[in-house]
Amino acid sequence: MTPAFNVRVAAVVLLLAALPLVPVYARLANDPFLLTLFTRIVIMALAAVSLNLILGYGGMMSFGHAAYLGIGGYAVGMLAHEGIYSGLVQWPVALAASALFALVIGALSLRTRGVYFIMITLAFAQMAYYVVAGIARYGGDDGLTIYKRSQFFAPLDLSNKIQFYYLCLALLYGGTYFVWRLVNSRFGMVVQGTRSNEVRMRAIGFPTYRYKLVCFVIAGTLCGLAGALLANHNDFISPATMYWTRSGDLIVMVVLGGMASPLGPWFGALVLLVLEEALSSITEYWQIILGPLLLLIVLFARGGIDGMLRTIGGRRA
Amino acid sequence: MTLLVEQCLNGLQFGLLLFLLAAGLTLVFGIMDLVNLAHGSLYMLGAYFAATFAAWTGSFVLGALLALGATLLVGMAVEVVAMRRLYGRDHLDHVLGTFGLILFFDEAVRLLWGPEGLSLPLPPWLNTAVEILPGIYYSSYRLAIIVVTLAVAVFLYVLVMRTRVGMLIRAGASNREMVGALGVNIKLLYTLIFGLGAALAGLAGLMQAPILTVQIGMGENILILAFVITVIGGIGSIRGALIAALLVGFIDTLGRAFFPDLLRMALSTAAASTAAPALSSMLIYLLMAVVLVFKPEGLFSTGNK
Repeated sequence: MTPAFNVRVAAVVLLLAALPLVPVYARLANDPFLLTLFTRIVIMALAAVSLNLILGYGGMMSFGHAAYLGIGGYAVGMLAHEGIYSGLVQWPVALAASALFALVIGALSLRTRGVYFIMITLAFAQMAYYVVAGIARYGGDDGLTIYKRSQFFAPLDLSNKIQFYYLCLALLYGGTYFVWRLVNSRFGMVVQGTRSNEVRMRAIGFPTYRYKLVCFVIAGTLCGLAGALLANHNDFISPATMYWTRSGDLIVMVVLGGMASPLGPWFGALVLLVLEEALSSITEYWQIILGPLLLLIVLFARGGIDGMLRTIGGRRA
Repeated sequence: MTLLVEQCLNGLQFGLLLFLLAAGLTLVFGIMDLVNLAHGSLYMLGAYFAATFAAWTGSFVLGALLALGATLLVGMAVEVVAMRRLYGRDHLDHVLGTFGLILFFDEAVRLLWGPEGLSLPLPPWLNTAVEILPGIYYSSYRLAIIVVTLAVAVFLYVLVMRTRVGMLIRAGASNREMVGALGVNIKLLYTLIFGLGAALAGLAGLMQAPILTVQIGMGENILILAFVITVIGGIGSIRGALIAALLVGFIDTLGRAFFPDLLRMALSTAAASTAAPALSSMLIYLLMAVVLVFKPEGLFSTGNK
């Protein structure tokens, strides 16, 4: 990458620097809602980063990614319902449950490709949705209120909104760095190679199925973490979190931001959630605008925001 | 015994209804290579149109016919405005674009008809029970659904396999450019096929309308079932769609009716009644998983991906 100034680098630096300042601004402007909105954006960005790993880099079109948001969230919610509040128990369980679900779903779904893969991941995620909605003990359709956020060691207090925001942000930075390192490692190169041409990768001796499955499980686990955060943020978890339109939202974020771009999902989550907020303040029927807008983005802005920034900043980047 | 016969017929009826949806989905995919998530929206529109037109005209049959025509037109309009630009692009583009369409249709319906559901009352001549076997009565409306869907299945078969249009459809599926080069208006053909798929979805929706409430989001739940069916049957195969639809219809209906009782024999009553709703909704997905393990391309795959 050329060191010269370009719009893309400027936008990334601005975003990286601006996110930690959100609580300061929210305090100064006396706008607590802003902090809530940005906590949500940061959490969804983490989920989108995890989806970008399989969708953008791995070429696996999973339409069931919101299932992990729900599983991670329900791990926190169910344990809290049973009186176990320690985050040191809740979070590892959330990660393990998501990883296990990803392993089973991935092992079955990755036997297929293309459209089958889209439909199967969608169907399995819906299955998880119906199962959770059918468990009356944990609220069924109505969901589960979480009365106490996950408890950690002394200075860390998740009920403190500013602390919680910085925790989410730290996890987003960490998660993004992890994914970035992963996709540029040998493992990541194999996965990216599989996206471009699976037959060739297999011909030169890589067991592509295993690589894809491991990648799928990592992405699911990371999204499970986002789910645990989301449940803490909302103090509530319901099957609606894992409804298939949520998975659609995540795909929109990844594509809107720019596939296989390390920070693309951040831009996607930011733009989609701010757009939702802005449109819903204009009209109650905001989705009637958002829907056709999505179609237009698909038709005319395929590279997403990252692609646009690249175009503005010149082809060199 | 009465319950078993009744539930079997319910399974048959539900399966055939699912077939209408899955057939449209698989037809559009097999021929245009297009993944259409908005198929469920057309199902919903069919139901809303039927409820509205039946209220206007005061006749159930007339309302249903008008609704069928209306969904056909909406489908063709959607094809001309949006879908046509998506052919030949990545499947992810299809998913996103049609996801946008779902948001649009759901909201448009909320705007036009309001957030409360509608209901479509049955005319008295359909709202009766027929004695199918000595001593066993069955809803005549559900029987009518079975008859209509079977007729549509035969019509589809004849249309695709025995007519000139069907020949063009099959030719267009294997080589679009060649059919176009031979002087066939392939664009119009695609618009018609998409309209046909839309009308099938609309028919399913309007027939289901008197049984369920007509509401926003009704298309999304059934769309997932249609996906499961296309995956089980093999994408692009109408025969596969029929068999998988019947399988799913039976398993889902009978599972919900009898699985809790079976579970109660194995487990304690309390455990069974908590686990049963969750487990019986899993049955068809388990079926899908089993099929995938043995035949990743579905039972009747046409070979093209």
